[in-house]
Amino acid sequence: MLSTHPGIAALRAAPVPHDVRPVLSLRGIAKSFPGVKALQGVDLDLFPGQVTALIGENGAGKSTLVKILTGVNQPDAGTISLEGRPLRFATAQEAARAGVTAIHQETVLFDDLTVAENIFLGHAPRGRFGLIDWGRMRREARAILAHVGAPFDPDTVLRDLGIASKHLVAIARALSIEARVVIMDEPTAALSQKEIEELYDLVERLKAEGKAILFISHKFDEIFRIADRYTVFRDGQMVDAGLIADVSEKRLVEMMVGRTLHSIFPERAPRIGKEVLRVEGYCHPTEFEAIGFTLREGEILGFYGLVGAGRSEFMQALFGATRPSGGRCRIDGQERAIRSPSDAIAAGIVYVPEDRGLQGAVRAMPIFQNMTLPSLHRTSRAGFLRAAEEFALARRYAARLDLRAASLDQPLGLLSGGNQQKVIIGKWLATRPRVIILDEPTKGIDVGSKAAVHEFMAELAAEGLSVIMVSSEIPEILGMSDRVIVMREGRMAGEFAREGLTAETLVRAAAGIGEARE
Amino acid sequence: MSATETSPGRVIPDRLTGPAARVLRSWETLLVAVAVAIFTFNSFASPYFLDPWNLSDATFNFTEKAMIALAMALLVIAGEIDLSVGAIVALASTAMGYALQFGADTPLLVAIGLGVGLTCGAVNGLLVTRMGLPSIVVTIGTMSLFRGIAYIVLGDTAFNGYPESFAWFGQGYVAWVFSFELVLFAGLAALYAIVLHLTNFGRRLYAIGNNPTAAAFSGIRVERTRMALFLLTGLMSGIASICLTSRLGSTRPSIGTGMELEAITMVVLGGVAITGGSGSILGVVLAALIMGLVTFGLGLLNVPGIVMSIFVGGLLIAVIALPKLFLGGSRWRRSPSR
Repeated sequence: MLSTHPGIAALRAAPVPHDVRPVLSLRGIAKSFPGVKALQGVDLDLFPGQVTALIGENGAGKSTLVKILTGVNQPDAGTISLEGRPLRFATAQEAARAGVTAIHQETVLFDDLTVAENIFLGHAPRGRFGLIDWGRMRREARAILAHVGAPFDPDTVLRDLGIASKHLVAIARALSIEARVVIMDEPTAALSQKEIEELYDLVERLKAEGKAILFISHKFDEIFRIADRYTVFRDGQMVDAGLIADVSEKRLVEMMVGRTLHSIFPERAPRIGKEVLRVEGYCHPTEFEAIGFTLREGEILGFYGLVGAGRSEFMQALFGATRPSGGRCRIDGQERAIRSPSDAIAAGIVYVPEDRGLQGAVRAMPIFQNMTLPSLHRTSRAGFLRAAEEFALARRYAARLDLRAASLDQPLGLLSGGNQQKVIIGKWLATRPRVIILDEPTKGIDVGSKAAVHEFMAELAAEGLSVIMVSSEIPEILGMSDRVIVMREGRMAGEFAREGLTAETLVRAAAGIGEARE
Repeated sequence: MSATETSPGRVIPDRLTGPAARVLRSWETLLVAVAVAIFTFNSFASPYFLDPWNLSDATFNFTEKAMIALAMALLVIAGEIDLSVGAIVALASTAMGYALQFGADTPLLVAIGLGVGLTCGAVNGLLVTRMGLPSIVVTIGTMSLFRGIAYIVLGDTAFNGYPESFAWFGQGYVAWVFSFELVLFAGLAALYAIVLHLTNFGRRLYAIGNNPTAAAFSGIRVERTRMALFLLTGLMSGIASICLTSRLGSTRPSIGTGMELEAITMVVLGGVAITGGSGSILGVVLAALIMGLVTFGLGLLNVPGIVMSIFVGGLLIAVIALPKLFLGGSRWRRSPSR
């Protein structure tokens, strides 16, 4: 694996200096959100001129750490020290002033401003009367752009640039505020191979300038390519840290997923029946291609992959919310044309979305009205609402899902995330579907509700419902699925039976390491 | 933690507040109080106010606009708006006047009025749903477009000489002091209240207004519903145009100017959130009554028109702002869908 990257030998030749002191040190950082301990006693050191890779599953606490480092969130406990001096980042501005800057997956820049304006936003050079000195700003922007090797003019409007160029602007911005610590959060997620190479060059240059770089990535090849050190997070705790030279890829994967599955998943004795759903050749111009699989009665089919692998995009196309460019779908052997969610619901396919706030919940509407929204034709007579029927339906599913609410008339938005999710699952069950697609069903909900959702999923499968579960959490995938499909970059990267499936196999298939065994 | 069939001991009540408490806390109750206050004030301020025929005349101040406000309420609840309604009234009136020159009789005039209203609504609806344009921009455009056509056809002139049978729509009385317009408005208001509050269609409007994406993901045909609402608003503008033209007995290109803002004022004063998702027909009807009472009362006191518009504007801001100021906006809860 390592030998496939020519750059590595060269990197290895220059040993990592051991005598440098960290620029930024975190000790015992803890952070809780309601129902979630996001970080517990985390340590991290960032060294000048070195790249530290931060590795962990989704939900391991990486994003929370970035938010603490950039002053967006404040830790509940622990200390941050910059060159030995303890300090607090009360706001994002303070973190920026201290020289910490982040380049995000979706860079937080302004599409309608020019490159120069984006670089100098908030710290533009001032001239007489405190007005912006545009000439100086352009000159300095041009110099920085030349330095990072950006081929475009500072007067270009950002909207006209591609994602790779936007990254360059973000990096130029980092340089303009004389950042000492640069955080790169999955910077290569949306880049082509050539653009990734250019980014690597830039990282090398930043290293040469003595910047400390925190590099967050799921891709092991690039971690071994550019990182000097690693830190592994799991479930909000630091598992291990050290020099990349001293660790193997296999060991990193093991540490990342953990040896044990610490959540308890319901015992299941799946009774898998006849084929219910058959999907053939689903394609989309940009998001996914050649997706095909079958799903049987009482089966839970897991979809694993990294963020951006095209899983949600495919599911939304299957549900009719977006139009695929091709593909066929059969339910119970009968071909169904699905052009809208109402077609999908009529065909018996329902979708519990990942983005609950946007796509799932009508937050201002009462619980019972959310529950009956897709099945009003069942609770009404000749198009007229019947409140008694609506409450009866809502009561039935509230009881089945063990909903916690003050009343069924309460606006849905007042419930906790887990209870909102229960209402949304309930609303779909009320349509009596054949196939239910659950997209990240336990994302952002508390541990108790998580277990309830898992048990409920098992119960639905036992009743003969076919379940598709999209999840980025490996324990959930391994704990719930009868079969797993891994997607990578819009394609199916492998299909695995539950028996003997390991976390390592999933991670490898999702990241494209080695051969994905069928 | 289990999600078994029965979870004993945990019963979620359907509702916490009883019907009485809900009525007491509703926005509509506040509007009733305001209407009663204005009514009482007017009856003391002018000896002519309580005369049934005077009150009957006063209803013409709002009936045509309020008909449009009914459809506008549905549109605003679903998160859209139509600023071209006044211009639709003008265009429909112009078309009727034009047809009159070729000897059109009353049934044909009515058909033309309704047809032009529907066509204009279709233009707005297609631009919004097919092109994906924001309705505020589309209808600012069609507002100028429709009225522009009326001006081109009419110039400085006016169409006169509507047949006597046509005059009944705006000048006729169904029984005693109850004009055809008032009875028509009452009937339409009841119909709208039923559609909005008692049907699946009405429920879906609230869902679309609150969260169009989630509504679409729940299988609601959002664009088709929006199209229907623009058609409905066009149709109501056509009806209003027939009534107004019949009452005035003539068509000028400036007919119906400013109607869109008065209709929207009624909608907002009636408790419909301008951002969509909440409101009731009863509120809109009460708001129309309030505006009619204010205009009429001030008219009896010989207050000039400019002062009246200041008063209506002040009333709108006061009724919306005062509860927020004194009660933190929580008690006069605008219920999302009742």
